[in-house]
Amino acid sequence: MRIRAAAVGAVTMSLALAASACGGGSSSGEGSNDSPKTLTYWASNQGASIEVDKKVLRPELDKFEKETGIKVKLEVVPWSDLLNRILTATTSGQGPDVLNIGNTWSASLQASGALLPWDAKNFGRIGGKDRFVDSALGSTGVQGQDPAAVPLYSMAYALYYNKKMFADAGISKPPATWDELVADGKKISKKGKWGLGAEGSNLSNNIHQIFVLGQQHDADFFTAEGKPDFTSDGAVAAIKQYVDLMAKDKIVAPGNAEYAQNQSLSDFAKGKTAMVLWQTASATFKSLGMEDDEWGVAPAPVQSGTPGTGTNVNSMVAGINMAVFKNSKNIDGATKFVEFMTSDAEQKILNKAYGSIPPVKAAQSDPAFNTQATAALRETLATSAEALPQVAEESQFETAVGTAVKELFADAAAGRPVTTASVKAKLEKAQQQMPTK
Amino acid sequence: MTTTTADAAVDEPSVRKNSPGAARGPRRTGRIRRIGLPYLLLLPALLLELLVHLVPMVIGMVMSFKELTQFYIRDWGTAPWSGLDNYTMSVDFDAPVGEALLHSFFVTCVFTVLSVGICWLLGTAAAIYMQDVFRGRGLLRAVFLVPYALPVYAAVITWAFMFQHDNGLVNHVLHDQLGLTDKPSFWLIGDNSFVALLTVSVWKGWPFAFLIVMAGLQNIPRELYEAASLDGAGLWQQLRRITLPSLRPVNQVLVLVLFLWTFNDFNTPYVLFGKAAPEAADLISIHIYQSSFVTWNFGAGSAMSVLLLLFLLVVTGVYLALTSRGRKAADV
Repeated sequence: MRIRAAAVGAVTMSLALAASACGGGSSSGEGSNDSPKTLTYWASNQGASIEVDKKVLRPELDKFEKETGIKVKLEVVPWSDLLNRILTATTSGQGPDVLNIGNTWSASLQASGALLPWDAKNFGRIGGKDRFVDSALGSTGVQGQDPAAVPLYSMAYALYYNKKMFADAGISKPPATWDELVADGKKISKKGKWGLGAEGSNLSNNIHQIFVLGQQHDADFFTAEGKPDFTSDGAVAAIKQYVDLMAKDKIVAPGNAEYAQNQSLSDFAKGKTAMVLWQTASATFKSLGMEDDEWGVAPAPVQSGTPGTGTNVNSMVAGINMAVFKNSKNIDGATKFVEFMTSDAEQKILNKAYGSIPPVKAAQSDPAFNTQATAALRETLATSAEALPQVAEESQFETAVGTAVKELFADAAAGRPVTTASVKAKLEKAQQQMPTK
Repeated sequence: MTTTTADAAVDEPSVRKNSPGAARGPRRTGRIRRIGLPYLLLLPALLLELLVHLVPMVIGMVMSFKELTQFYIRDWGTAPWSGLDNYTMSVDFDAPVGEALLHSFFVTCVFTVLSVGICWLLGTAAAIYMQDVFRGRGLLRAVFLVPYALPVYAAVITWAFMFQHDNGLVNHVLHDQLGLTDKPSFWLIGDNSFVALLTVSVWKGWPFAFLIVMAGLQNIPRELYEAASLDGAGLWQQLRRITLPSLRPVNQVLVLVLFLWTFNDFNTPYVLFGKAAPEAADLISIHIYQSSFVTWNFGAGSAMSVLLLLFLLVVTGVYLALTSRGRKAADV
């Protein structure tokens, strides 16, 4: 009798296990409206901390629930995890309904087919494509295909400088060209103080910086057919110019070679470095204890002349896009939520809170986007910002070339020479690592 | 092996059919039940094992034969079969991908040998010194075990802070206080990163060796030492002739476990260096991670994982065969 009970128990448990093993299958099917009352939203970390983001977003999500009766479950995902989480969600089919993506990932994620394409019909549901600024739309996926996401926050790079340190060094106005920046930097770089900050071990930031310098040297990192083209003379010159700020000009502290967690911003706030090239840094400076009147902001430098198009580009089109997971169980609700978040009113509230620029034209007229902190960014986005290559291999490009720049910074920091040949060798290696198909 | 069981299964019903005596029936089923029960009871564990270990492993192996890039991850079934492409790419040591994998493999081998060796040496030395009773022995034992008890992430991130170039404790001591280096060194980038990684790995790993050897020492009879010292054996001879041979079975397992843990360690390099480890400290686990997650080529990553699995299987098999043969010889 006892034996039989044990046997029955063992068999039951085995069956239960087998059943649960089968239960976790993926659902790569199309979306539906099976659960119209709830949404899951993965937000990117835009504020000084995840808590700040929750405080900013929660009241807006409550407002949305009041209007539509749809409850939004919010999770703010740190940048270090976001792409991995999206990949896992794509693979397993178990993801959020709505999510934020870095706009440079648009084409890569578009290729996976996990995101709802924004065709004319879907754009119609959120008020039409015309409501958005062109430069922001330029970073939503491969050209000629329906966008994979909708612009949510726009950002641009600018030169932030410490007013007091400039005054102490006898510099009257911020540099407009790289030569001026190096000259000013040399005046400041002494007695433990440095001219410029950099994040040498942060692959994405490296890419943003060298992409702009590449444009200024007339180099795209991909050919018109979308093939990697990392080793052109222009690309080599651009990367050498960036690393030389530490290696040759010595206006970047060698320690910056290992920075990857925004340490350059805290150095700036502490008065250790006088300049940083950054996107929408005002909120972070405040959280680091720096008053608004202590720093100034100017357009990022160009090789010569004034910022514009072509070789006078001085920023990437930075920003956050909002996307809908294709297999959401609440497609209608998700679209409504995107409509809500990109409405004129919400755009003003959210972009004000984060110090970014609304990609929605009508919202830009608000005076909040014409202050010291935002005017330069808005101007840059409108006239002299260029989108990163919209190719499916963009994220591999960030890893391969970003790592090459990191290694070159490591060389520079250790006092090893950084030459045209050594830069070219690193870039050749990076290019060989790219997928061949 | 399989043929015997198959034969038995075939034979059984025929035997039963041919045997006329009804009395043998119940006894036989009773025996089957008795033999079958252990297997039945093992079934849940077996299924769990299948579910947790073997199924993902088999899926990984299947993935390694597919071209599983970002274009197909949403629906794996549609990913085209790529035959041995992922493998040929991984082992083509003239091309950059294979060359990088080989380099990473060498780094990992050197790192593992050094780390396991130092961990074992430190752990054994400490365990032997702590054998004698003295004041504060309990406290010291507890202190020694702290690195092993700390959560890996918290411990390694603390080391990452200490290894920082500008404000790190390591440079403060080595450069500012002792003046051993001309200028502050970089520990988290460049060639020194290997030393940094080894330091953290040893710091984290040796308490385990200490713990296991300490437990092993408890089992060596005191009388052996007493007899040896009566015979005039010195400390060193006692160590060589009694302690180490008695610890042999313990060491056999200890070294294998340390080897597997160290070779596969992912947390330490990941927390220390982030997604792109410096070349000098590019351990194989993080290299595979980068080849699959960061470049979105899960097929290639899986192929490298399978190669790693094969290598570890071979090493473990050879190690066990060698050590157990040695032990058998010693037993005779």
